Amino acid sequence: MVISPIDTATPSISTDTVRYIAYLIRLKILDEETKVFSQQFSQIIEYFQLLNEIDTREVPPANENCPMNNVFRDDQVLPSMSREEFLNNLPQHEGYYVKVPLIFDDR
Amino acid sequence: MELYNLSIRKAHELLVKKQISSVELTSAVLANIHRLDPKIRAYLTVVEQRALEQARKADIRLHSRENITPLTGIPYAVKDCFSTRGIRTTCGSKILQDYIPQYSASVVEKLNNAGAVLLGKHNMDEFGMGSSCENSAFFNTHNPWNLERVPGGSSGGSAASVSAGLSLFAIGEDTGGSIRMPAGFCNIVGLKPTYGRVSRYGHIALVSSFDSVGPLTQDVYDCATVLQTIAGKDPKDGTSLPDPVPIYTTSLEKSINGLRLGIPREYFQAGMEAGVETVLQDAIRVFEKLGMQVQEVSLPHTRAALPVYYLILFAEASANLARFDGTRFGYSTNQKVESVIDLILQTRQEGFGEEVKRRIMLGAYTLSAGYYDAYYLKAQKVRSLIREDFRSAFEKCDVLLAPTCPTTAFKIGEKKQDPLTMYLSDIFVVATNLAGVPALSLPCGFSEGLPVGMQLIGNHLSEEILFQIGYAYQAETEWHNMHPLIT
Amino acid sequence: MNTIKYEPIIGLEIHAELLTITKMFCGCSADHSSLLEPNTLICPVCTGLPGAMPVLNKKAVEQSILVGLALNCTINEVNIFARKNYFYPDLPKGYQISQYDHPVASDGWLDILDENEGTRQRVRIRRAHLEEDTAKLMHKGNFALIDFNRAGVPLLEIVSEPDMHSVQAILSYANKIRAILRYLGVNSGDMEKGVLRFEANISVRPLGSQELNTRTEIKNLNSFRSLTQASSYEINRQIDLYNNGLDVNLETLGWDEVKGETYSQRGKEEAHDYRYFPEPDIPPILVDRSWVQTISSQLPELPDAKNKRFMEEYGLSLQEVRSLTYEKEFADFFEKVVTLSSSPTKMIYNWLTGEFTRQINERNIDIQKIPVTPENFAQLLDLFSSRVINDFTAKEILVEIFISNKNVRDIISEKGLLQISDENYLTDLINRILSENPDPVKQYLAGKESLFQWFMGQVSRETKGKSDPQVVRQLLQKILKNNN
Repeated sequence: MVISPIDTATPSISTDTVRYIAYLIRLKILDEETKVFSQQFSQIIEYFQLLNEIDTREVPPANENCPMNNVFRDDQVLPSMSREEFLNNLPQHEGYYVKVPLIFDDR
Repeated sequence: MELYNLSIRKAHELLVKKQISSVELTSAVLANIHRLDPKIRAYLTVVEQRALEQARKADIRLHSRENITPLTGIPYAVKDCFSTRGIRTTCGSKILQDYIPQYSASVVEKLNNAGAVLLGKHNMDEFGMGSSCENSAFFNTHNPWNLERVPGGSSGGSAASVSAGLSLFAIGEDTGGSIRMPAGFCNIVGLKPTYGRVSRYGHIALVSSFDSVGPLTQDVYDCATVLQTIAGKDPKDGTSLPDPVPIYTTSLEKSINGLRLGIPREYFQAGMEAGVETVLQDAIRVFEKLGMQVQEVSLPHTRAALPVYYLILFAEASANLARFDGTRFGYSTNQKVESVIDLILQTRQEGFGEEVKRRIMLGAYTLSAGYYDAYYLKAQKVRSLIREDFRSAFEKCDVLLAPTCPTTAFKIGEKKQDPLTMYLSDIFVVATNLAGVPALSLPCGFSEGLPVGMQLIGNHLSEEILFQIGYAYQAETEWHNMHPLIT
Repeated sequence: MNTIKYEPIIGLEIHAELLTITKMFCGCSADHSSLLEPNTLICPVCTGLPGAMPVLNKKAVEQSILVGLALNCTINEVNIFARKNYFYPDLPKGYQISQYDHPVASDGWLDILDENEGTRQRVRIRRAHLEEDTAKLMHKGNFALIDFNRAGVPLLEIVSEPDMHSVQAILSYANKIRAILRYLGVNSGDMEKGVLRFEANISVRPLGSQELNTRTEIKNLNSFRSLTQASSYEINRQIDLYNNGLDVNLETLGWDEVKGETYSQRGKEEAHDYRYFPEPDIPPILVDRSWVQTISSQLPELPDAKNKRFMEEYGLSLQEVRSLTYEKEFADFFEKVVTLSSSPTKMIYNWLTGEFTRQINERNIDIQKIPVTPENFAQLLDLFSSRVINDFTAKEILVEIFISNKNVRDIISEKGLLQISDENYLTDLINRILSENPDPVKQYLAGKESLFQWFMGQVSRETKGKSDPQVVRQLLQKILKNNN
């Protein structure tokens, strides 16, 4: 496992971290961009530190406390969509399949 | 009055009385689009032939006198974040520049069933990320009140369009003020309904737990009419609320005498332009005159709303935008690639704009191993406190009044280089999205020739009361009847 | 080289496709494996089109609760779905909807039998959580082809603690989970269709030591064969590394079926930063006591309980009972035949696990679709045990009923298969055979007793196998004696 280069001690975000998170979300970024992002991110994250002033030790997270629960669908078949239209929208297809270039990390 | 400036209510009257046809009305709006949209640039896509065809069908329906709804034959358009079958849907992004969906959003289906006439798709900040419409991958939209200024965002195209008579109403989406803020900048009415009141199915998600679909209209009556049509439980959206939808228009004229109007102290301390504050004070006096009891209330965690909002936004958006990878739809890089990873990396590099990249990278960062508790979880906890602020405020009053934006419409380019300052313009609008409560933005005056908006914030599912108060205000004022002069 | 004895420590993750009618979050049919045409069971939701939203299939939750109960788990009151973020072209949304810190079930156990030692062993089950399956990906030259029919089919991931210490133990465990899922009717158990897939976490340590060494994880094992082969390969590989003074790397491995080797899946490492967060499109699921009770009342008798009862009721050994109860349908069939038939239970057992099972295997019959009714089979056994037909005929009729399931009596009368035990007829026949074969008779009388079987065979041949062997034997002995 690659150890994330994120440094927990300071809120500033290094260019290495920028590169790491860019790859995590599959975004190719240019070297000159990493510097700009690093500065902007550090500034934004610094601003977020003001949340640390708020005591939340006894507070439940909002998303676990939804106004709604148990929303289900019955196990009943609905018509599927047109395969032809789906295929026409694809950047690449072969026969009835979606086609993508080689996958690296599988032999 | 020109046909394209008609309210929905008035247009409906004329349609039903056969004084105009939907084809005439639609043609008039289309002609206005031809005339003005080259200057405003509210539309990304106009579907003229299709609109006229729908108008003809609406006319048949109007003639048959069967199944007529208040929106039958009314031309409208939607923000380009709604999936429209057979009509290009870009979400303001290059990554979807040629994407033609094979299904329609539930809100579009509902309006289609009601007989409304879809004119096209409105410009927006890419994926809703922005407060000025400058983050559209295609072009800037201009504020009809001053073409050098932004219309607000992210539903900027929609607000400019309704304001300039390029559609009788519009459907926008409000994640953190994206309906209200441009409505305020463009002198129209915009509603962010209660979270879950309107189905999100088919809306290209930005922040799934904040996104609220709502109308942009010329006045409160129209807003109530449109919400009536689009609200309600949708089996395709598990977060849509099952509560019955009231008949909003029938209770509009109810007296607001004695209702309690809360003025959140923190909002007025946070800093707003003097011109905005003056206009707000005038509005408060109108509400007093209408018999409302005005009182100060406190929302103690107001200052935390913006960081909480952005933290949750970054996180959810980073996941919501992961599906744009160039393998199944939309833009795919033309560069030669050797592997699917290269394809994805390259497509996303070319397809996403800078603000989108910034936000989804920050999302990956804040969710990344070891950071979840410090950022995302912390934000969700503070969000509980903010929700609690609203809950206790609504024990003391029926609605809250706040400015929609601390400033009037700013100049195009003015804030573009400074993301953090741009984020600060959302300061008054995001808390309602965190709490999931509804808020109605109304025109309430002008400052140096530019419109100022105010918002009425209500408790969970209180749209009916918001409409009553807004309607009473508009019966007392003329701001909403003012149209921009576009030269 | 010193030979330290090593002990493997193995934990298993089992991904079981649930047998719902539709997919987990949309109304597309989940029956993806029976269809040949790719990309026919698709919709905006399961292909991840922009704007599509998931709505949870209630049946998938109920089936998961049922499994949790069968595996002695705690059913958690709050279930929260989470997004597991990673990129792969078989994952249309760029995240998988799964469960993270609020799974449907946790802290269970399952007892297995160690085949070698014959001892009972408890494997703790850490958790069982629901998630959606990915699309199917096939490699073709420099490209991969994707079929979304499988995307979004509900999967239950059952995660054990590292409590197993032999390949035999994981096989017993996996087999038992498969049997339970089939008993519950929540998984077809059809391995060829990939409805059960395994991931094994393996480490080894010197026997007796308490240390925990670095483990590896072998992914995508789709058969019992690859599970056992990959596991034993990996155990040996790790032991070799330690014996050579090397270390095991913490890594994800694949299994190369052809070469019979595990291999490192490079590039998957960073994917460990899955950035889980609660799925905002799916409100939490609250599982109250009464819901659990309703589901619990649907629990059928499970293999262990059935084994116990069969041993008590039918006087069979554990070994015997297990071959009956491995498949629920087979156990049910056995019980029906026992009720319907007057033949001894042990005989029914022998026939079912012998000739009957051979027919099923030879004909590659799905155990859920046994073409023979228990009534017909019971009749066949009864006719045999009352000696109306002989062993040879009974087997012939068994073949016949596997083809047509015609009534056994009809087959007998149509084909004239009644056993010949008429002594006068058989006496005449034997006399004729003996007179036609004077030499063998001489040899027999001279002491070559093995020729007795040859005479038996001649009689059987003349009667086309219908002669009652007991009667023939007696007559033949008598007549040969008289010939002396």
